[in-house]
Formats: sequence, C-alpha cells, structure tokens
Amino acid sequence: MSIATVFEIALAVVVLGLAIWTIAVPDTYSATVGFIAYGLLVALIWVRLDAVDVALTEAAIGGGLGGVVLLGAAARLRGTEAMTMERPSLIVRLSAAALSASIAAALAVAILLPPNPAPTLAPDVVSNAGATGMANPVTNVLMAFRAMDTMLEKVVLLLAIVGVWSLASDQAWGGRPGPRHQADPNGVLAFLARLLPPAGIVVGIYILWTGADHPGGAFQGGAVLASMWLLVIMAGLVDTPPVRSRWLRLVLVAGPGLFLVVGLGGLCFGSAFLAYPAAFAKPLILSIEAAMLLTIATTLGLLLAGAPERSAER
Amino acid sequence: MLPPAPALVTTAGGFLLVLSIVAPVAGVLLEFALGERYVRPVVSTVIPVGLAIAAAVLVLLPRSDGHLVYLLGAWPPPLGVALRADGLSAVMLATTAVVICAVAIFAATDFRPQSVEARTPFAFWILLLAIWGALNTIFVAGDLFTLYVALELLTFAAVPLVSLDGRAETLRAALRYLLFALLGSVFYLMGTALLYGLYGTLDIVLLSHRVSAEPGALIAAALMTSGLLAKTALFPLHLWLPPAHAGAPAAASAILSGLVVKGSFFIVVRLWFYVLPALPGFTAAQFLATLGAGAILVGSIVALRQERLKLLVAYSTLAQIGYLFLLFPLALDASGRLETGQALAGGLIQAISHATAKAAMFMAVGSIYAGLGHDRITGISGAARALPLSVMTFALAGFALMGIQPGGASLAKELLLQETARTGQWWWAGVLQVGGMFTAAYVVLVLAHALSPPDRPVALAARPPRGSGLAALALALCSLFLGLLPWEPYLPIPYALESKLFGVEALVKLLVTVLGGVALAILLSPWPHPLAGTVARRDLKTVPGPFRRACLGFGSLVERGDHVLRQWPAAGICMLAVALLLAASMFGAN
Repeated sequence: MSIATVFEIALAVVVLGLAIWTIAVPDTYSATVGFIAYGLLVALIWVRLDAVDVALTEAAIGGGLGGVVLLGAAARLRGTEAMTMERPSLIVRLSAAALSASIAAALAVAILLPPNPAPTLAPDVVSNAGATGMANPVTNVLMAFRAMDTMLEKVVLLLAIVGVWSLASDQAWGGRPGPRHQADPNGVLAFLARLLPPAGIVVGIYILWTGADHPGGAFQGGAVLASMWLLVIMAGLVDTPPVRSRWLRLVLVAGPGLFLVVGLGGLCFGSAFLAYPAAFAKPLILSIEAAMLLTIATTLGLLLAGAPERSAER
Repeated sequence: MLPPAPALVTTAGGFLLVLSIVAPVAGVLLEFALGERYVRPVVSTVIPVGLAIAAAVLVLLPRSDGHLVYLLGAWPPPLGVALRADGLSAVMLATTAVVICAVAIFAATDFRPQSVEARTPFAFWILLLAIWGALNTIFVAGDLFTLYVALELLTFAAVPLVSLDGRAETLRAALRYLLFALLGSVFYLMGTALLYGLYGTLDIVLLSHRVSAEPGALIAAALMTSGLLAKTALFPLHLWLPPAHAGAPAAASAILSGLVVKGSFFIVVRLWFYVLPALPGFTAAQFLATLGAGAILVGSIVALRQERLKLLVAYSTLAQIGYLFLLFPLALDASGRLETGQALAGGLIQAISHATAKAAMFMAVGSIYAGLGHDRITGISGAARALPLSVMTFALAGFALMGIQPGGASLAKELLLQETARTGQWWWAGVLQVGGMFTAAYVVLVLAHALSPPDRPVALAARPPRGSGLAALALALCSLFLGLLPWEPYLPIPYALESKLFGVEALVKLLVTVLGGVALAILLSPWPHPLAGTVARRDLKTVPGPFRRACLGFGSLVERGDHVLRQWPAAGICMLAVALLLAASMFGAN
C-alpha cells in the first residue's frame, strides 16, 4: 500500500467523520466550524481527483466565503438558540434516517455501477480547444461550448443581489449595506488589511490570467478579490458603497452585460449567438472574463455584506 | 422505434429562440444598471418586443415543420448547447408573454416608479423580467443542464417576490420557499449528473436515443422528478406554497401562481415525454396522478375552509396543480410508453387555462383586498356592487377554471376524458369530474358571499385603478375563450372536438358540475351561508344536519392533516419517500 493510498483512506475517514460530527453536534457555532473544515477537506479530495478547478472553487466558496456567511448567521442566532431547541420525535428521526439511508444506497448503486468505458466529452473538448486558443478545458467549456449557461449563471448572481437588497427596510434603501465596522487602527486586523490586499489582488488577477491554460478562472479569482475587499471592510479601512451608486450598479452588470454584447455581436456579424471569430476568440474571452472577475468579486462581497442598513451619508 | 434524430443544424428563424431569452435578460441588466428613472422605458420596450417574438415563433413554427432549432455558438450537441422549440414551447412562450403583459399593466400603478428610487418598484420590475427570461429559457432549452440554470434563475427571481412587502411573516414564507426549492434543485442536479455519467450527453434529443432502462437512469429519473415536484408544490410537497402565494403582493401572486409553478411542471413533461418516455411505465404514472388526486382533494377541502380570500385562491392553486398531473397515466400507450398525444395536449391546455385564469383571479382578489381593506370571505358581502369589475373578473376566471364552455379548462377536460375512455382508466374520469366540482364549489362560495347584500353600506378603503381592473378582466376573458383558439398546428388535438363543446350534452355536464359544486360548498364550508333564499335554502332543508356535521368534521380532519404535512420534518420525509417510491415503481416496471 503506497503512502498516497494511506493518505487517501485517512482523508476519506476524516471527511466522513467530520460530516457526521457536523450533523450530530447540537451547537450551531460548532457545526459551522465543522462545515468549513469539511469544505476545505473536500477541496483536498478534488485535488486528489485531479479536478483542481473544482477544488479551488470548493475551497473559496464552500470553505471560505460560505463559511463567513454561516459564521455570521450563527453569531446572530446565538441569542435565540436556547429557545428553539426542540427535537423531533423518535419516529420522525428513525424514518428520516431510514429514508436517507435508502436514498444514499440508491445513489451508491448508481455511482458504483458506471458503464465501462464511461462515456465522456473530455476528448472532444480537448480536440476542439483550438477554436478558442486556450488550453484549459474547463475554461473552454464555460466560455465557449456552454457559454449560454455561464452567462445565465451570472444573471442568477445578479438576482441574488436583488434578493439580498430587497430585505432592506424602505428607509434604508439606497444606503450602505451592513454595519459600519470599527477596528483598532493599530490592531492586527488593520495590519493584515494593509498587508494582504496588494498580494491578494495580484493573486486574484493571476488566477484569472492563468485560467486560460491552467486551472483557475474568473470565479476563483473573483473569490480571492472578494475576500480581500471584505478584509479591508471588516478592518474599517473602507466602507461598503451605497447601493444607489451608479458605478456600483455598472460594475455589477459588467460581466453578464459584456457577455451579452459579445454574444449579440456573434449573432449579428458572426456565425451564431455567442460564437467568437477565430482570430479574436482569446482576447474576447479574456475581456469577458476580466469583466466577470470584477462583477463576481463585487457580487460576492456584497452578498456577504448584506442588505442596505444605513443611509449613504456618514 | 424512435424517429431518427433530427439534423443538428440551426433552422431558419431559430434566432428567435435566442431573442426570446436575450430580450428579458437585457431588460433585467438595463433596469439594474440604469435605476428607477429608466424602468418605465425599459419595461415598455421589452414587453412589446417579447410579445412580438412570441407571436413570430407562433407564426414560423408551422412553416418550419413544427421545429425551430438554434445551435448556440454554432457548436453542435453534445459538445455545445442547442435551443429547440416545438408546439409546446410555442404555446407556452405565447401564454407567458400575454400573462406578463397583463400583470405589468396591472402593476403599473401599484409599483409606479417614483422620482426617488424605492425598494419595491426596483425589485419588482427586475424580478418580473427575470421570471420571463427564466421561463422562456425553460420552454426553449434543449439541454438538461441549461434547464437547471433556468430553474435557478426562476427560483432566485421568484423568492424575493414573495417577501416584497417586507413583513416578517412573508420573509418566513420566502425563506421556506427558498430552502425547499433548493432541496429540489439538488435532487434535479444529482439526477442530471448521473445521466451525464451514464450517457455522456445532456442534450434532450441525443439523450432520448441513448437512454435505456438501467438502474442508474431510473434512479436519476426518480431524483429529478421528485426535485421538480418539490418546486411545483405537488401534494404532499406543498409546505411552501400557501404562505408564499397568499402573502405576496397581488401582482406577484399572479405571477407566482399563474406562471412560476408551470416552469417546473413543464420540465417534468419534457423529462417524461421527451427524454425517457419508455422508462416510467404504468405504476409510476399512476403514482404521480395519485398524488395529483390527493392534491385536488386536500387542496380543495382546505380551500373551502379558509377564512381569507387570498389563502383560498392559494389552496385552489394547490388543487389545480394536482389536476395537471392527471395527464401522465392517460398518455400511456399499450406498451407502457408515454405518447405525445391527446392527453399531453389536454394537460398543457389545462396549464395554460390555469395560468391565465389564476393570474386574473389573484389580481381580482388583490383589487378586492385593496378596495375593502381586508379579504375575509365572510366580510365581502356587497363587494359585487362596490367593486363590480373585480368581482366580475373573479367570476369569469372562476367559470373558466371550473370548465364552462368555451374555456380552456372545458377543452382540456374533454380531451382528458376521451383518453380515460380510450385507455380504460375509468377511475381518473371520476377524479376529473370531482375536480371540476370542487373548483365550482369554491368559486360559488366566494361569489355567493360577494353577491349577497351587505348588512351596512360598504365603505371603500381605496378605489382600484381602472387600468388594472381591465388588464385582469382581459386575462380572465382570454381564459374563457381559450377553447376557440386554433390549437391544431401546435398540439395534437382531434379536429372535430370543438363542436362537442356545445350542445345539450355539454350543458348537462356543466349543470352537474355546478350543482355538485354548490352541494360541496354547502357541505364543506364552515362559514354561515349567505345563499339563504336561493337554491341553497332548498338544498339545506334536504341535507340532514348530522350529515353536514360529519362532512365538516372530515374537513377539519383534512385541514389538520394538511397542517402536519406542512411542517418541515413531515415535508422532508415526504420528499425522500416520494423519490424512493418513484424509483421503486420505475424499477417495478422495468
């Protein structure tokens, strides 16, 4: 048994144990911490499966930003938790467990009995990579072969923002999201918020740039930029922008907007909607991705910041 | 055997399918970027454009052999993604455009953009166009993953509509809706991933040629179907629907009830009829229709016991969703394969009829609420005199729903009844008739209260604007005349059917439905009846007291059962059980 196998078995055991612990632990805060650790370990599994793009996204969203949202929610729920602790009856729990186990068994049957050889589009994706001039198959699928799905997903992100903002009170509409953070200007948070962002911004842009040929891309890069922005906000160095701001609105629609414009360009002057002319494929895709990077970073940051709470004036 | 795969090329006019998605999506982006002052020009441009696109698809479709195809990015499936439209897509695109247009006119005063941007108009107009874009994507998508993205788009546009007025109670309803709908998404996505792993494509046409009855495919089908049922709120997975549809503002309720639940229903139809028609088999189809029958029974009985008009209409939506699922067993042919025939046409016409009528009904109820300042059923006497337009809209929409000729529902019922006779499944004929009677029951109940003379003069809290009322009335009339439209180029309907909609036999059926409805309303509604002096008094004399008491007791039992099913633990268990039972029944058939 090689070291790698031992590592994989240990990883699987730890992930399963952590998953069970996360469900079983009664305290919301502990469950949240367990879930964040679970997300990071699952990212490791993706790395072992050679799905580095998925691993990056899982670590950034499942472990990182999702974790921050959950921690915030757990902190808010702390006061009410004691009152709402009612356990469902034994019959309910037993039947839920039995049904869940059956569903898991059915899924196991479906997953453990794959056709041999498993049909896949991966060779097709690789052989058609020349059309875009980019070597990362995931980027090619997202930006060329299934570009429509990617564009619509960005509209989903925009709707998520509308949904979060619509939770504001009518008086606070147009104002700044979230509370105004105050931190000790000489404390460690403010120090980190000055130290990390320059490096973080470079890393974010690098992840986008390298996404053309290697694992990475707009979503992962955007998540890094978003976390840098949030760090600076939480250290109280900058404030969240008011949601009425025209610039903010433009940044938030830049990604899907440019995608749509390029797509319509293909419809009017090229061969089809969302078809890129061969000579300009890579620059076009990269500029769409750059716009998406900004949009995703801003969207993720604002999703975490929450609904507008304060008037735009200080 | 299957017909040969149609050539994977873009057809003439295929670009219309792209535009049907792009127009509303572009509207969303523009509204968001430009803000309040430009909402009116954007909406009043996008809506006529969208209507024109839907009309153009209707015109072009019969001329291009009943199919429009567009290859996005010029990449043919399985690598790329195709958009496809058939007759079903075309009629649903048109219905959506008409309903969105009517709701926009209705909402123009409620959500009037102001000089200073305000929260609710900003969110409402963006979400309205987003729902339109999502639904159009669902109707023309040719790929299971594109359908997933469209479902997400639909959910994220629909949930904020529920909590638009910001009350704590509607926030709770919205959160309930969001969490249960996301559970449905996960089930759908798991099934999609399994199908890709088995067949290496998610294209609907390619998949339909490759799919076979193996364990993985059956489990995928069961997972996807149960996920979609959760999003459609088919009984017993309806925990989110009544509070969400009853709590939202009237225009939002009209969209949620009329259109949004039809999106996931349409995907169930796509999946069962166009991806894996041979897989579900007899038992699974009977199971779906049994859930539908349960929805009709529970939804209608609980509707009759509601104190508030909006909740009554929301529960009637629950019952009508059940009605839609009766089409599945009736579409089976002798070998247990789902045929795209008359039953499918009937089900789809029922969906269209419900979309128009229920949207009109919610708008009418919204106007009554705004006018009277409340919507207690026992307190709406005199509404007919004070708010004649709204009550007339409610009545016409109700008549269309209960199957008065020449409404869409009567055509749909006739089509489905013929299929029960052809396939020998007489038991569903009974359910169809009882469903019509229940619909008649709650319509008659509301009208009886609204038409009865008030104890004291009705003081109007506000006078609903005439434009809003006319938009709702137009939609109700649409529903009432659906049966006269030329459906043949789009749906498989026998030519001679329309003549059967009129005549003595049809009149007798109608009378039976209405009288049955009156009897049910008297027996099952706990409220004091304002019908005294009319038909009801004679009926009441003949109905012995103990029998009515027993019926009321049964009704309260059903209401309590419904309350239990709408708790999280019960709903979660139901969801898992539905998935397992569907899988088991499909395994049994293969």
